[in-house]
This record gives sequence, C-alpha cells and structure tokens, in this order.
Amino acid sequence: MHDEKTRFVERDRNWHPPAYAPGYKTSVARSPQQSLVSMQSPSVSEIGGPDFSGLRMGRYDNDLLLNFTQGQALPVGERIIMFGRVIDQFGKPVPNTLVEMWQANAGGRYRHRNDNYLAPLDPNFGGVGRTLTDEQGWYRFRTIKPGPYPWPNDPNSWRPAHIHVSVMGPSISTRLITQMYFEGDPLIPRCPIVNTVNDPDAVETMIGRLDMAHSKPMDCLAYRFDLVVRGRLQTYFENQ
Amino acid sequence: MQQPNTQSTSELILRETASQTAGPYVHIGLAPSVAGLPARDEEIWNRMAGPEAEGEPIEVVGTVIDGNGDLVRDALIEAWQADAKGVYQPFFDLRNAFNSFGRTATTFEGSSEWSLQTIKPGPVAHASGQPMAPHINLSIFARGVNVHLQTRLYFDDETDANAHCPVLSRIESPTRRQTLIASREAGDGDRVRYRFDIRLQGDGETVFFDF
Repeated sequence: MHDEKTRFVERDRNWHPPAYAPGYKTSVARSPQQSLVSMQSPSVSEIGGPDFSGLRMGRYDNDLLLNFTQGQALPVGERIIMFGRVIDQFGKPVPNTLVEMWQANAGGRYRHRNDNYLAPLDPNFGGVGRTLTDEQGWYRFRTIKPGPYPWPNDPNSWRPAHIHVSVMGPSISTRLITQMYFEGDPLIPRCPIVNTVNDPDAVETMIGRLDMAHSKPMDCLAYRFDLVVRGRLQTYFENQ
Repeated sequence: MQQPNTQSTSELILRETASQTAGPYVHIGLAPSVAGLPARDEEIWNRMAGPEAEGEPIEVVGTVIDGNGDLVRDALIEAWQADAKGVYQPFFDLRNAFNSFGRTATTFEGSSEWSLQTIKPGPVAHASGQPMAPHINLSIFARGVNVHLQTRLYFDDETDANAHCPVLSRIESPTRRQTLIASREAGDGDRVRYRFDIRLQGDGETVFFDF
C-alpha cells in the first residue's frame, strides 16, 4: 500500500509555532531543549497511518446542534455550518480522512470536568464532533459559534472564539491539530496562543472565512475552513 | 472565498495549515469519556489488542514529565505500531483482534499514568532494508505543546535488536538513546508490563524526532 518510495514534503518548522514560545507561558516548561532528531529516510513506520473509514459514526456525530441531546433540544448560540476541504500541499483532495473537532459553548464554557469558568454549561450542548471527508476531501459540521473566554496567562488574556480541529491525513506524518478562528475577530491578534505562530501568513491559514454563499437563509451562517496537510512525494529514481 | 494558503505560493506548493496546541480540553474531542462526556457508538482508545490477538500481550504505561519535574496531567498520546509479525494493520476496526492505532491520556489525579493494552510489535524493515528493532511510535499532544512531539518506544529486553536498529543508531549520544528504552516490569496477570516515562525537557529529556 505505502511503498518505500513515498515520502512527504518536509514540515517547515519555522512556519509552525516553535516549541518554546514564552508569550504562551505553559510552553516554557513543556518545550524540549534538545534538537529534534531527523529521520533521514522515513520507513514504513512514518509513512503509513490509520484508515478510519471502518469507524462506525453515530447519526449526529457531525451535528453539534443535535448530538448532545440526540435531537431532543437545541443549544443556545449563533447557528453555523463549518465546512471545508482537506487537501494536501499539491492541492490533491484527501478522501476518507478523520476530522475531529471540539469547542466551548456560546458562553465560552467547555463541557469538561476541569473547566470551571463562570459562564454556565448549556444543557443542550456537548461540544464534540467528528466526520470523515468525502471522496473530494470535503467535510462539514453543524454547530454554534463558540464564545471567547478568559484564561490565566497574562493578567487579562482572552481566547478568541475558536474551534479545535484535528485531522489525520494519509499518514502519521501528516497528523495535525490546529484551531480555527473566526474572520475579523479583534481578539485574534491579542491572543498569546495565536501569537506562538511567527509568520502572519501562517496565522491566516487558521482563519475560517465567512461564506455567505453556503449560509442558509433564515437558518445559519457558514464558515469555510480548508485544511492543508503535507503533500506526498513519489520518488521515481532510486540511488544508484 | 478561499484561504490564502489554498492559492499557489511562490514556492509552487501550498503551505501546511499551521499547528496549534491541543489545549487542556483535548479530551472533549479525542477522549470524550475522560472529559466527562458520554462515549459515542465507537471510540478510538487504548485497547489496541484483544485476547485473540496474535503475539505477546503487553501493557505499556508511563508518565509525562515537564521541565520542572512535575507530572503533565493533561497529555494525550497516540500510538502506532506493527503487529507481532512486524506488519502495520492500518484498517481500524474495533472488531479487529489488533489495531495498529490507539490513544491514551495521562490521568488528572493519582500517578497520572497513561497506558496501552497491546501486543509486542515485531521488527519492521527500515528503508535501507535493515530490520528496525521492535518499537511503538508515539505522538504527544498537550496544553503548552505547540506542535505535537513524536517519539519511539523501544524495549529493554531487545538488547541485540536495539544495538543494530538503524534509527536508534542515528542518535549520536548513547545517553539520549537510552531515553527511548522502556523497562520491563512484572505486570498484572499474564500481561508483561513496560514502563516508559516521557520527559519533555531538561534532565533525561526524551528524544523527539522530525520526519
């Protein structure tokens, strides 16, 4: 399935946030000080990855408006569609790949035993979704727009509204977890976690765009968020 | 409207979407029952091998430790390993006797150990054709970790295979090489246990790979 001639476009470590980003205080004691050890020639251990097309999904797994109550009641908040395509660096769609997401409710509170923010839980909102991309790499969730919330970093740090997004891609080499922010949010440039990313163009890759064409009149707005994972290279010439 | 990274750049390829920390609430998305949410029909978790799986049943446990020596209690770990014959089984199905992929997390209280119930993997061939010593590939996600860390767990009772592994040999420092070796302990029942503590920073810092 994955032959030894496959490899992936090198991950640009200057594009991604560095491990040590002191503006985000928790990274200080959790960042390795030694250099990463490069695998000069990836093996089947790095080239392969899990295929989740056999994972049985629940009826509402990609619908956060309905999944916590199994369709019994609706959560509070701005109804949105979050959708996009998973493609690789060559623009090729990544089909049948697992996309998972989690988020706070409209008040900025997570349904997690460690979150004790003042804002209340919404009895009709869980905050987790998952889906597989289709043959063209498209995915889609229905949810509510999460609220911003304060967190202990600087004396008054706030997270912009965001949805955590996890994508597998075809290999453990393409594995990626990121966060989608909402176009135009004034909290984005003030966020210490956003600012772990040094390149402003890289920050742009994490911003979901309002897409009126895909909104539903009298129902919900739509945000488009494409995910780009590392591209697969085929090498046709072996070392002689 | 498209995001800028979906248009061609001067480098003729698209740029990868940038990584962000998985944050303290990663469990909601990837381990809902740990967060306190109801489990869905099927969840990806830490029982990679059932009793019918071929090979030696093992348990792998460990902690994640930060640069202050404190336990990292909100880490999520993904595992990817070959079966007992050294073959990866990519098609994930909870009805399989063995799945190559699993997830686990450190615990909020107590000893904060992560654990995997699996079988000991067989040796897998390196690109060079040489066998790599049996290993489990681990990815670590946590609050404060901006891009997930990638490491490998090897076994201390594979001295000979470890000595000849082309990947372990790439690590120049013998001291650092040792950070990838799990130690065998007496386990519960018939399951052998291996311990593998992951040190994110400082003394005994685990080797992390770029690939």
